[in-house]
Amino acid sequence: MTSADDPHTLTGAYVAHALEDEERAQVEDHLARCEVCAQEVRELAETAARLGLAVATAPRRGMRDDVLRRIATVRQDVPRAEPDPGPRRTPLRARRVSRWALAACVAAAAAFGGAALWQHQQARDARDQARQAEERAREQSRELAAVLGAPDAKSRSGRFADGASGTVVVSASRDRAAFIAADLPEPPPGKVYQLWFNDDGSMRGAGLIGPGQGTQAMLMDGPVGRATGMGLTVEPAGGSDQPTSEPVALMDFPT
Amino acid sequence: MKEVVHIGTRSRPGPDLQDLVARVARGEQEAFAGVYDAVAGPVLGVVRGVLRDHAQSEEVTQDVLVEVWRTAPRYRPDLGTAMNWILTLAHRRAVDRVRSVEASAAREHKAALLAHTPEFDEVSEQVETRLEREQVRRCLRTLTELQRQSVTLAYYRGLTYRQVAELLALPLGTVKTRLRDGLIRLRDCLGVST
Ligand SMILES: [Zn+2]
Repeated sequence: MTSADDPHTLTGAYVAHALEDEERAQVEDHLARCEVCAQEVRELAETAARLGLAVATAPRRGMRDDVLRRIATVRQDVPRAEPDPGPRRTPLRARRVSRWALAACVAAAAAFGGAALWQHQQARDARDQARQAEERAREQSRELAAVLGAPDAKSRSGRFADGASGTVVVSASRDRAAFIAADLPEPPPGKVYQLWFNDDGSMRGAGLIGPGQGTQAMLMDGPVGRATGMGLTVEPAGGSDQPTSEPVALMDFPT
Repeated sequence: MKEVVHIGTRSRPGPDLQDLVARVARGEQEAFAGVYDAVAGPVLGVVRGVLRDHAQSEEVTQDVLVEVWRTAPRYRPDLGTAMNWILTLAHRRAVDRVRSVEASAAREHKAALLAHTPEFDEVSEQVETRLEREQVRRCLRTLTELQRQSVTLAYYRGLTYRQVAELLALPLGTVKTRLRDGLIRLRDCLGVST
């Protein structure tokens, strides 16, 4: 078993220098693209430093002079011409943003080997589902990542019957929306959930949520256009042109 | 049960270490003496935990300190505190050394590794160090046994997570996640923020 498929869980091993060279390179590659993991690494590295501080021990007396004598003969490196810009340098502005960045990061990683995942905590459970969905998810999850990570992404969450809940994320600049279900019960046999855009009262199909996808981020099919909200219904397998049942959920888009 | 231990911000190492390192980056040798005083003890502690051998630990410690001097102009404060930078370097160099030594496999008996708790130097007189040690020790106690062993063996002993998995007879994935969630729990307990 390799861990190449999942750089997210390697942040701890990374800061503890507990990886072999190849994995280390993979993680570093990922960190350059994933601000959430990069931030986690910064925090865990500071944590490791605290572990180090706690075992401080006094060096022998003469060592100070030895070292000071040595450095007098060592030429210093030249400073960097200018700090390289990169994703790591961009601080997350706020917690709220970081949640979207997290989702984007998870989805981005998933694009390399799994379906889109939502929260870190759910990532492990969802990983099995993700493997099955590998192929189909690739393109979608790139766009999904873009929507969730868009600077203008806005969200609204709601609670539905049966303890399920959902969050809708809309990016006006990308004209796309994503729906993130949590704990959506399995649809009845032979049925699926169908997403809809609400174009001022008329419903436009926006994709199906298949069995086993009850806890996932889904890119809604098609542009947001003039839709002001979304709906979710239970439909016969394959979906319908128009809703044929009462909505399980109806939400206005965040403004 | 989550035990949160905050001792304000005073546990942040050396309030002026950042300034000292900035001066070192400009080539000031006198400032380096201050850096030495602030970091030599922690560097030696980290290195000795991994290497165990006294003479080698001292050698690596000195090399690390010289490397701090040499590379200070390239240190980037935006990526972490100077203490973090220096201790990361120290840990890395110690781990490099131990993995390059052929005898590393035989350097310690399994049982000895497992029995070891980190060597908290009780004779240290520095109040800062003493507080830090108490706080870390308390926070380590909030970890599960597996988290604590994974973190301790990887960080304090410099084992790879594969070696930790082998030693504890656990699946790789388990050690990987215990290392991460263990450090996360420590982070929260220690109130680390960046
Ligand atoms: Zn990541």
